[in-house]
Order: sequence, then structure tokens, then C-alpha cells
Amino acid sequence: MTSEKRLDGRKADEMREIEAKVGIIKRADGSAYFRIGDTIAIAAVYGPRELFPRFLQNPETGILRCNYDMTTFSVTERKRPGPNRRGVEISLVTEKSLLPAVDLSQFPNAVVDVFVEIIQANSGTRCAGISAASLALAHAGVPMKDMVAAISVGKINGKVYVDLTKDEEDEEDATDIPVAFTARGKKLTLLQLDGNVSKKELQEALKLGKASCEKINKIQYKALKDYYKNE
Amino acid sequence: MNNDYITSLLKEDKRIDGRKLDDHREIKIEYNVSKNAEGSARCKLGETEVIAGVKMSIGEPYPDSQDEGVIIVTAELIPLANPEFELGPPNSWATELARVVDRGIRESNMIDFKSLCIKEGEKVWMLFLDIYPINDDGNLIDASVLAALAALKSARFPKIEDDKVVFGEFTNEKLKLSKLPITFTFGKIGDTIMLDPNSKEESVLDSRLSVSVFDGNIHAMQKGGNKEISIEDVEKIVDIAIKKEKEVRSLLK
Amino acid sequence: MTSEILIKDKEIVVPGQELARGMDYLPTQGAFREGELILSHYLGIASVNGRFLKVIPLNGRYIPKVDDTIIGKVIDIGFYGWMLDIRCAYRAVLSLRETSSFIEKSEDLTKYYDHGDLIVAKISKVTKQNAVDVTTKGPGLKKLIGGKILEVTPSKVPRMIGKQGSMISMIKEATGCNVIIGQNGRVWIKGESSDKENLVSDIILKIDQESHIDGLTDKIKKMLESKK
Repeated sequence: MTSEKRLDGRKADEMREIEAKVGIIKRADGSAYFRIGDTIAIAAVYGPRELFPRFLQNPETGILRCNYDMTTFSVTERKRPGPNRRGVEISLVTEKSLLPAVDLSQFPNAVVDVFVEIIQANSGTRCAGISAASLALAHAGVPMKDMVAAISVGKINGKVYVDLTKDEEDEEDATDIPVAFTARGKKLTLLQLDGNVSKKELQEALKLGKASCEKINKIQYKALKDYYKNE
Repeated sequence: MNNDYITSLLKEDKRIDGRKLDDHREIKIEYNVSKNAEGSARCKLGETEVIAGVKMSIGEPYPDSQDEGVIIVTAELIPLANPEFELGPPNSWATELARVVDRGIRESNMIDFKSLCIKEGEKVWMLFLDIYPINDDGNLIDASVLAALAALKSARFPKIEDDKVVFGEFTNEKLKLSKLPITFTFGKIGDTIMLDPNSKEESVLDSRLSVSVFDGNIHAMQKGGNKEISIEDVEKIVDIAIKKEKEVRSLLK
Repeated sequence: MTSEILIKDKEIVVPGQELARGMDYLPTQGAFREGELILSHYLGIASVNGRFLKVIPLNGRYIPKVDDTIIGKVIDIGFYGWMLDIRCAYRAVLSLRETSSFIEKSEDLTKYYDHGDLIVAKISKVTKQNAVDVTTKGPGLKKLIGGKILEVTPSKVPRMIGKQGSMISMIKEATGCNVIIGQNGRVWIKGESSDKENLVSDIILKIDQESHIDGLTDKIKKMLESKK
């Protein structure tokens, strides 16, 4: 892969095409669809609702509970249905990425459940899930302080790129850095890294991630407003 | 919604959404909703929405059918679709749903399993049909069957190299299907029988009967619910199912 | 920093959107202050009333408030009285002492309110943990018999009732139906025919979906006229 053009012709700081909609699951309190390139995530929010088992209840505030799952056919080699360790970890970091943005202080002992399902995967699934979840929470009317967007940045051959595809991620020297930022606060709520980067490369990556998340925020705001414009 | 309201309307042969007793909700089918699947489809039945995906791989045949391919149907009732679904392994409803869909496919012989044999006793095609409800507004059975049929109909074989699947690359060869048996699910409340119960009707059903039909022949049936049904009920239901079948099948074109 | 309002009245705003800057403005329902800024908690309709800024969410579950009239459904009966589902994360308790009848401790409580019964009640107390007490002592508070039940977005209820009850009165007069709208988004409709009940429920659902769109009242008037 040359440092100039990527396999799909995108520039280093160019994300794949994004499509975002809310209100796609009628039964849910809030729901959203988020597609970035060939990766498709849907999210549903139920709550605030009663939390069982009781011992999980927090009398000071409501809690946020996230579950990330991939359909068996979202990937090229069938994934066995049900949770695996990767899914459990992603569920956890998803919750941590959204928690700073919600205000559950009015809902002691209650829970807001977020379910993310990946319908089609081509890298960046946890990030698409987080962007979808943030939209679904807003659609559900859960009180929020901010919106959250997430994107994967990466480094390949010493250069920093945004929104890696599976082919790019599979490159020998690729480092994958999924990040999530709050829209107003512009602070990190998700940061993971696996690979090998210098501090300078990391700084570049975070800067690129922040700018990309701002672009995603604009798309999220439009999706939320459009839902009520067309009603 | 209280049961009384639904039953009082039924006394006038009316339903809460204005449908006639033998009307199903609007059906919409969309193919290829998930690119990495060998076949995939979405079915909307009113507001009920189900996605089905077909993944194919090569494996060993079952010991009692050494020259036949295999199909395994699974339903994942994800809590995304219904606040009453819980995380965890398939419960009895998920298992029943998968087995009812499976039965309609298997008993109609719509798939020629012998043609899925690559090397007798050693290598056969394995079809994994996985069903995911996305929004449960009642009657997951019929929506799942339609999504499953559409996914199977549009499925194409993956490329093989040295008898091993090259994941992510597809051929143009489709699955040969000899039939498309449609399932019609009816609910009974009191003395009234209705086709395609929505979730509010489903919550107050006394009993339910699903019938899988193709060209006037019945390939599978499943009765659910806590109360009894009469033989007359069954005959009435079968008549309606056979009458409606062609019209619904044409939606799968 | 000079104070300024950054949005228009009745504008659709998103969570975290800046509504105003400066200490001259005050956030009320649905808005919050962060330093110099007043921001929206919700995807909703912003409302500017003098110095007060609020946001009415376009969606969201019911948050119990004292003095709200709600429609609850009996889900449990104990020695204390009845437990009601009021369409939110918290259940409400209607204790024996808070009913309009005098009930002996040994009586069969199902005689008064049974499992699944719908009751119009008033919220009398909400604790810090959102434990809710309700009462049926008061005019109009009672068990509902028959009729059709709808569930709508709680934040749209004021629009369904209208200024000084103008919207709900107009609907009741035109259709002859009895309509009770709980602040928790449960609506009870009882009329002479299911057609009239369906007209009312269609109208209520329309308000639920279009409360933020101009010209709604006129549309409703037309709907009522055409079905006369």
C-alpha cells in the first residue's frame, strides 16, 4: 500500500461514506442505524426501567448497561451465535464511552439498557456501535450532557489514517486505535490501541480522530433533527 | 391494552388495527441486507421485522445421511427486538421458532440435500440459517419464514479451493430450491380465529396454529398456546392458508 | 461575557446544544448550566420565556411528579394496598388509607381494585429514590371500566390537553367520548361506538407524532369536522 492513495482511493484523513437514521426499531424507547462504508450497526435503548437483580441497583443514580453482539453472518467466516470474550470487552468499553455523556442522576435504582447489533462488518464495528448508541440514547429521551462519536484511527508504515478497512487493518505494520470523543467537551471516552506507535504518531492519530468525530457529530445532529422534520 | 377491549371488538369481527380476520399485515421483503453472508434478507410484516442470513461452509455429514448436505436453523431472540427478551442461550421460544422454521424447510423437501454432497461420507455443504428479529410486533414465525426463504433464494455458493471455502469470495451459483412453502400463523381468542396476530393480540391469545403450505399441500404444522382448538378450527385455518399462499409467494419473486 | 440567546423559541435542539450564554438566563426543565453556557439535555423543542429557558423532550419515559394525575395499572396487591405500574422505572403504591372508601384491614382488596384494573390517581409523594405514593381521594379519581387505552409520549400530554383544557374539550365535545389523559402518557377513551373511539385515538396519536409541527390544531379541527 502506497502512502498516497489507499486501496479504496480515499485520502488519509477521509472516512468512508456515513449514513445515520433514528427510530428504526418501533418497540424500543430509542433506536438508531449507523453505517460507515460496509460496516452497519444498529442500536436499541430500553429505559430508564427497573433493574433486576436488585443487588445491581444503585440508590444514588441510574446505571447504564451495554451489550454488543454481532450477527453470525455479519462476517465472512460465520461467527458462533452468542457472547464471546471480545463481545464482552466491547460491551464494557462501549458503556464507558457513553457514560460521561448521560445524566442518570434522576433515575436512582433504574437502568438504561443499550443493545448494539452489528449486521455487517468491515472493521470499525465497536466505533459504529458507539456512534449508533449515542444516537439511540438521544432518540430515547435519556437526559444527556453531550453526544459521543467514535472512529478508528490507525497507523500503517509510519503514516496515520482514519477509518481503516479490514484489508488495511490486516496489513503487517498496522496499528489500530479506536477512539471516541464527546462532541462539546472534545474529550476522550474511548481509547484503545494495539500495535506500535511513537508519541508523535499517537498525537497525530488523536488529532485526526478528534476532527473526524466532529464530522460524525454533524451527521448525528442532522439525523436527530431530520427524524422530526419528516414526521 | 386490556383484553376486554380486544375481545369486545372481536365480537363485531373487528381488530384493533382495522384489519379483517383473515388479513395479514403488509409484507415487505428486501434481499442482500448483509454483504458477507452467502444469502441474506429482511422481512417486514407490518412493524415486525426479521433479518435472516445464510452462511455456507464445508463439513462432515451426519452419520445417518452420509450423502446429504446439512442445514442448521437458529433463532437468536436478541433483546434489541423486544424488552421481554433476555440475554442468554436460546430459551424455549427461540428453540420452538427455529424448529418451526426448520420443519417447513425440511419437510417440504425444498432443498435437495443430496446435491449438497461433495464427497460422500467426508465432505458436504453445511448451510447455517440464522434468524434475528429486529422488531417484535407479533408473529415472528411468519416473518422469520419469509426472511429465511428470501435468504435461501438469494444465497450463492462461496468459492472453494482444494475443497476448502475461500471466505469472502462468492460464485454465481445459487442454491436450487424446488419449492417456497409459506407459513401462516393464526391466533384464536374466544371463538374468533384471526390471521397474523400482532403483538397486542398475541399477548391475549388462547391458542395459536401455524401451517406451512405449498401448492395446496401442507408440510408442517405447529400448535401453541394454552387452550384447545377443534378440528373445525384446523380445517378453517388450512383453507385460509391454502387460499392465501399463492399471493404471498408472489412477493418472494 | 455578554449574555445572549443562541436559539429561537420552538426550535428543535439536540443534546448538548448551546441555548444561551451568560448569567442573565436561567435553565429550567430539560436545560442545564455549565459555566457560562446553558445547554439542552434532550433532543426536543426549546422554549424561551423571558429569562427562562427550557427544553421539552420529543421522547422519553415518564418522570413522576407530585400532584400529577396519572392512570396506573394494578400489578400487585398486598396487605398495604395496591402496587401500580405507572409507565416508568418506578412503581407507585396506593395504600389503604389513601383510597376514598373506608377499608377494613381484613377485607378482600380485590373487591375495590383487582389485578389489571386501571385507576386514575394523583401522585401525593415522591421520595429521593423515586418511590411513589398515590391517592384516589379526590374528584375524578377512580377505577376505569371498559374503554380503550392508548400509550403516548408523556411530554406531549400538555399539548393533548391544551391551554386550559381547550384541546381535550374540543375533542370530547365533537365526538361525545369521555377522555382521560394521564400525565404519565396513558390515555383512556370511552365512547358510544368503536368508530368514535378510534377517531379520538387517531387524533391523540397524531398529536403525539406532530406536536412540534405548525398548524396541528387546524388539522385536528378538520379531522373532527369530516367525521361528523
